[in-house]
Amino acid sequence: MPSTRLHIRRGGPGEAPRHDVFDLSFEPGESILDALRRLRISADPTLAFRYACLNANACKECMMLLDGKVIYACTARLEARDMRLDPLPNKPLLRDLATAIAPPDERLD
Amino acid sequence: MLAAIEATRHGAGSVLLLDRSLIGRGGATVMAQMTVAAAVGPGDHWQYHLADTLAAGRGLCDPELAALLCRVGAECILEMDDWKVGWARQGNGFAQVQAPGHDRARCVYVDFLSTGPAVSRTLRTQLQRQGEGIRRLGEILVTDLVVQNGTVTGAVALNVATGQPITIAAPATIIATGGLTRLYARNSASANMSGDGYALAARAGARLIDMEFVQFFPIGHLAPRLIGMDPIMWDPFRYKLGGRLLNGAMQEFVERWGGDAEDGTYSTTRDLATYAITKEVEAGRGSPNGGAWLSFTHVPEATLRAAFGPVIDRLAANGIDLTRDCIEVSPIAHYHMGGIRVDPRMRTDLPGLLAAGEAVGGANGANRLSGNAITEALAFGRIAGAEAARIAALPAPAFNPAAAAPALALLSSTASMRNIAALVARLQHLMAQHVGPFRTAAGLNQASTALAALAAELGTAPPGTPGIPHDLNRQDWLDLRQMLLVAEAVIIGAIARTESRGAHQREDFPALSPAWERNLLLRLPAGATHLELA
Ligand SMILES: Cc1cc2nc3c(=O)[nH]c(=O)nc-3n(C[C@H](O)[C@H](O)[C@H](O)COP(=O)(O)OP(=O)(O)OC[C@H]3O[C@@H](n4cnc5c(N)ncnc54)[C@H](O)[C@@H]3O)c2cc1C
Ligand code: FES
Repeated sequence: MPSTRLHIRRGGPGEAPRHDVFDLSFEPGESILDALRRLRISADPTLAFRYACLNANACKECMMLLDGKVIYACTARLEARDMRLDPLPNKPLLRDLATAIAPPDERLD
Repeated sequence: MLAAIEATRHGAGSVLLLDRSLIGRGGATVMAQMTVAAAVGPGDHWQYHLADTLAAGRGLCDPELAALLCRVGAECILEMDDWKVGWARQGNGFAQVQAPGHDRARCVYVDFLSTGPAVSRTLRTQLQRQGEGIRRLGEILVTDLVVQNGTVTGAVALNVATGQPITIAAPATIIATGGLTRLYARNSASANMSGDGYALAARAGARLIDMEFVQFFPIGHLAPRLIGMDPIMWDPFRYKLGGRLLNGAMQEFVERWGGDAEDGTYSTTRDLATYAITKEVEAGRGSPNGGAWLSFTHVPEATLRAAFGPVIDRLAANGIDLTRDCIEVSPIAHYHMGGIRVDPRMRTDLPGLLAAGEAVGGANGANRLSGNAITEALAFGRIAGAEAARIAALPAPAFNPAAAAPALALLSSTASMRNIAALVARLQHLMAQHVGPFRTAAGLNQASTALAALAAELGTAPPGTPGIPHDLNRQDWLDLRQMLLVAEAVIIGAIARTESRGAHQREDFPALSPAWERNLLLRLPAGATHLELA
């Protein structure tokens, strides 16, 4: 099985940015979301990121940055290399990779 | 969403639409890629649709709810057409396909595999058209209802974005939280299908019905890993192109387990296909990953392209060429026939509380026809919205904050850190192993014991401290609290029903028993922690 090294941005608004590093092996074809969900079960349940539909690419909640480019975590594939994940830069940060993406009139802040 | 629209159209001045996720994007509706059954074609009538629905339900459908599904559902489908949802056309009418169990081509759809997104988008647009009357709030996870002297007066929820609790007062509350398939390891669910609505209703004191009937979708995608597409996407392929279901030795096998030869058509109902695949795998004739092969290799490429256009490219991106490759499929948890017991106006046992959509039990009996679920969601949403508006105009008890106190205290409590995601995964595996489509008393009892152990590990308060934005671990705790109650409901029903019917198959009671042509009701007695048969 190939393995990947994920550098995941952690923390909330106002905290000094830091990236935690997680190594994990994967089956070819698996998505970044597959890896993040597995990490919550096996390594760190406090990791924050957004998703709802898992597979269908219907909810569009899982947007984040991979190496600086906007992706859907559920459709971007894992690769056997260092991969850096950051929250969307143009949305208010909630925590880790999760940002406030709902339209402002659908939020209760 | 339709319930909120309808409530406003019936004069409700102030409607609050809450969702634990983004509005209109978190549930099953937006994920549905296939078809919607409605008697809207020439020569069809809702009563023909009803006859098929009742037959599929194997004697357990609530006939009034099933009739509403078929009659009001057809009206909703036509209204969606007025709202420009984009149902595919053929000649002067709708393009309709015939799904198994329907007596004719009755299922409308939006190409290509876009039914759910189109339905959600259309409803969202209509929602916004209603203007100020409907306030929409996402990322609000409802955790308990507020009950005063047996009447539901509002709800308590977690604001996911801040981690803070909130209370909501309401003269009428509609539960439209969808199904429970996240209970199972292999499912077609979103993260939001933990059966919350069933647990909310049960904790408030309302009865649940037919909870043992979980529908497994026989040809869920199994391998190779396919991303960006929902795992039940092979169904529309089968509608349009037939396809061949083969065992590990590349032989057709449905006939061996009581089905009719398919001859490249799609005619086997969901419960039978699930049975045939499971048995074939048990007999050691499964595909490499423990399912069956699905093959379209006999279908010419031009035909594939004409039927599914861009989807063929999405498959290619996943390394799948259907003219060359077969894929592996196996049964996955997909829909729940059971749910909250309601009357034909969608009222639950409790004044002030209504339900709609998949959260409602009873309309589809022991087995749901394909295409009936979106129709059900629309029809029941419309009825519930109108009824809620009527109730909201009547005098109601004043909201008493003291009644919300215990639920608020739970959300404000603190406990040591634990990994709840791992506990959820354990529940999913235990449900898949013992409470899947084929059940035995021994397996169900084992599940029951394992559930008690999980409940003990869950404890009485969520891990960590309140007030942390997007705290998935605390959310998992709140979800698991609901999932354990809902799993208990499925298990109690499955143990009690000592027969095999539709989606509930007992290997120790393989025959359908006429004495069991009745519904099972469950309730959580006041102050109790376990459900009882009611
Ligand atoms: C992948 C897939 C494909 C399907 N394809 C079809 C098809 O082609 N045809 C068909 O007829 N049926 C299909 N179904 C079934 C059908 O989609 C569902 O039964 C139907 O959409 C349910 O609608 P609903 O409004 O009741 O619930 P949903 O659409 O599931 O909506 C429930 C909403 O409640 C929210 N929610 C849940 N719990 C809470 C809570 N505690 N607090 C706040 N909000 C909450 C969720 O976030 C969600 O937005 C499919 C289902 C799936 C999963
Ligand atoms: S998880 Fe829904 S689009 Fe990615």
